[in-house]
Amino acid sequence: MNYLNETIDSLHKKLADKEITSKELTDQTLNDMKAKEKDISAFITVNDDAVKDAEKVDQAGIKGPLSGIPIAIKDNIVSNGIKTTAASKILYNFMPVYSATVLEKLEAAGAINIGKTNMDEFAMGSSTETSFFGDTHNPWDFDKVPGGSSGGSAAAVASGEVVAALGTDTGGSIRQPAAFNGIFGIKPTYGRVSRWGVIAFASSLDQVGVMSKRVEDSATVLSTISGHDEHDSTSSEKEVPDYRANLNKDMTGVRIAVPKEFWHEGTNPEIIKQVNVAIDKYKEMGATVDEVSLPALKHAVEVYYVLASSEASSNLQRYDGVRYGFRAKDVKNIKDLFVNSRSEGFGDEIKRRIMLGTFALSAGAYDAYFKKAAQVRTLFIEEMGKVLEDHDLIMGPSTTTTAFKIGDKIDDPLAMYMNDILTIPANLAGLPAASVPAGLADGMPVGLQIIAKPFNEQAIFNAAYALQEENKFYEQIPTALKGED
Amino acid sequence: MNFETTIGLEVHVELKTKSKMFSPSPVAYGAESNINTNVIDFGFPGTLPTVNKEGYRLGVMVALALNAQIENHTHFDRKNYFYPDNPKAYQLTQSEKPLGHDGYIEIEVDGKKKKIGIAELHVEEDAGKNTHGNNGYSYVDLNRQGTPLIEIVSKADMHSPEEAYQYLEKLRQIVQFTGASDVKMEEGSMRVDTNISITPVGSDTYGTKVELKNLNSFNYVKLGLAYEEKRQAAVLKNGGKIEQETRRFDEKTGETALMRVKSGADDYRYFPEPDLPDFEIKPEWIEEIKSELPEPADKRRARYINELGIPEYDAGVLTDTKEMSDFFDEAVNFGANPKLISNWLMGEVNAFLNEKKVGLLDTKLTPEHLSTMIKLISDGTISSKIAKKVFKETISNGTEPEGWVKEKGLVQESDPAVLKPMIMEILDNNQQSIDDFKNGKDRAVGFLVGQIMKQTHGQANPKVVNKILMAELNSR
Repeated sequence: MNYLNETIDSLHKKLADKEITSKELTDQTLNDMKAKEKDISAFITVNDDAVKDAEKVDQAGIKGPLSGIPIAIKDNIVSNGIKTTAASKILYNFMPVYSATVLEKLEAAGAINIGKTNMDEFAMGSSTETSFFGDTHNPWDFDKVPGGSSGGSAAAVASGEVVAALGTDTGGSIRQPAAFNGIFGIKPTYGRVSRWGVIAFASSLDQVGVMSKRVEDSATVLSTISGHDEHDSTSSEKEVPDYRANLNKDMTGVRIAVPKEFWHEGTNPEIIKQVNVAIDKYKEMGATVDEVSLPALKHAVEVYYVLASSEASSNLQRYDGVRYGFRAKDVKNIKDLFVNSRSEGFGDEIKRRIMLGTFALSAGAYDAYFKKAAQVRTLFIEEMGKVLEDHDLIMGPSTTTTAFKIGDKIDDPLAMYMNDILTIPANLAGLPAASVPAGLADGMPVGLQIIAKPFNEQAIFNAAYALQEENKFYEQIPTALKGED
Repeated sequence: MNFETTIGLEVHVELKTKSKMFSPSPVAYGAESNINTNVIDFGFPGTLPTVNKEGYRLGVMVALALNAQIENHTHFDRKNYFYPDNPKAYQLTQSEKPLGHDGYIEIEVDGKKKKIGIAELHVEEDAGKNTHGNNGYSYVDLNRQGTPLIEIVSKADMHSPEEAYQYLEKLRQIVQFTGASDVKMEEGSMRVDTNISITPVGSDTYGTKVELKNLNSFNYVKLGLAYEEKRQAAVLKNGGKIEQETRRFDEKTGETALMRVKSGADDYRYFPEPDLPDFEIKPEWIEEIKSELPEPADKRRARYINELGIPEYDAGVLTDTKEMSDFFDEAVNFGANPKLISNWLMGEVNAFLNEKKVGLLDTKLTPEHLSTMIKLISDGTISSKIAKKVFKETISNGTEPEGWVKEKGLVQESDPAVLKPMIMEILDNNQQSIDDFKNGKDRAVGFLVGQIMKQTHGQANPKVVNKILMAELNSR
């Protein structure tokens, strides 16, 4: 099965009409993956039991919209009995004994976990190059990165290996790769989706989201995985709407704010052009557009890297070689076991952030770094909240550049960190945000970022759907794939 | 040179909850290794904590019993450090805004009352346990991992080992009477760390603090601190300097020995736990918990003395543990004479517990049965001698006394109409004894009573027998 021209709705119809069984669909998916993976390498692990799982769904009968449909899962979401690595050597052999709540929910809806996608190690990175399992290639140009950290999920969707995938987003890890691959990707409000079973990077920022070619498919999946979870005290008890059923592309009277700080000086002018074309479309559709200012945004990257690294330095301490995962050999005492397992098990980027975070939390630095950053974060929340009092949506580009060449930035961490400048604010403020394809710049996809009020994912889906129905970007076949078909 | 001692105590108390502080695993003492664990206790990737509200409630209860102020808006913090028994490599605790602060305990030393301040109390999770095998391997048992603890940090208000001892005794008693913990040093549900420094009398600065660990009983705390007082004084007198260090108490020698020298404070990189939202402790909840606080030992003791007429010493013994005091109160409610109940608890019951080496709640004796049995004695239904038999049956098998006494025919014979003919017959057959009595040999009475008892299988009421017998002897 090639999903380039399929949607969850079209697949569901075929399954419900018994034109195809879930087993056949899954078999075909695996075959198509086999062919494409040679160029893309989107997956770390393919689920050996996928066909068996599909047979079970067939026996139980096709029910809801996801019933019998294969979906890809980012490899930092733990799956009972399926290896889960977070793309790190330190978990290279880790076999979970329980499943994340999002997977339990997908399974209950009859979706098939087809495999675990590649990512930056522990979701730290913007190119999927920090993975212990090698690079993933952008289907628009195999020499380019798919973005990150959910690069595997994005590439799997863009290349048509799957119809939808789960990603996680801590500072832009869904929206940036979505933009780089010309697909839709949404990070919901912090607390909308349970983090139980999601390998923590930065607990106060991490959120699971969905990536798909079509807006409506992400809407279907997000409704399925959202909701309160007694295992996650930070998950919200707010009711979950049926985003798919409520889709409405009428933009009349929608108030859009465009923060001038989003027009970053380093941004590729072609991206600015495409994003402006998209914003003009909204005007034509009846929306109003105001320029606003979010002055605190200029500190976003610094604040993010202090807070995220601090939390990460603590979250990643449990990988010590004692209970699971990689354990260094030939150690003489417990200190060696800790030090050697971690030194050999973590990649450079992880070590860099652990050191940064450990420093920011240390007795002499806490007030000047962690505490100060937490205070500035509160400023962000207030500033963005204020803009959203008078506006329904905040819009701007998702990224400052299009997908860059593999190897170009991996040795320049600062340039890599600047990649996140436009996506970080939504994480710091806990707001729902998405990237929707806005066109091409120099042949590579461009994403429009849409941010909404807390728990107003529907407004994002509606706006993204309106643009999608205007530009029909999903009809475009990724350039590098064309040679293959 | 004379010195002044300053002592501060940090006490960890396990809170008696069914499940752990941040995971649903059961809390149980003495289970097989790693049985009472789940993915959270193992710190598996992707797991998250959830707060055990009952654990926090018990913490608030202890804080209230110690007269502390409760923090209304608080959160948990992470204390970061690597150790094999600490699976997340951070401990969830409360550092920035502890559960309670500024409490106190009143102690009495040499007849003088004194308030010892409590700086703060906070709830946290216990670590697992490491053991080291003879085969070169070390083993980690995570059963204890996540058990709720409340840490009670005193102010440096104590100035002698005796004060520290009295503080601990009082603390143990107060906490035990809240029912929030077993507070058993021997099972580790109460653990004590001490800080002690000395400084020349009149000096306005504190001396260098030494931390003393491995104190497995209150007595060892007293002995260890006393040893430290002397050791530090000797060092200073000889012109030496006290190092900031951690020392351990050796139970065999009664001395303290160096464990490690502290090179500056450890950096635990505390920060707010992002996996648990901040929470509000509502004043209504605090009031509710306050209203549920069991009557403390001091009040019970006063009530026993003033309202029930129990001697001061006995009242002290009865309020030594909550289980004894609760048992006493219940037995009193079932109507027997309080003084007699007290005598039985301190006498026969305690003797039984000591002999069998069990606790009061481990026996089958109930307050109702004890009360019933004592009432049977009081109203003359059974003799004190028979009562011992009844007691043994009741405490061993949980048998209801009144029914058993009837069933076994152990009811005392008090009817003069039954007893008098028997006594007459025995007197008729023992002229020698009557003669002895008339000659002033009182022993004869004992012999005659014995004969009557023999004939009634011990069930004759001695009082009634005596009365009839004496009247008859004097009239013959």
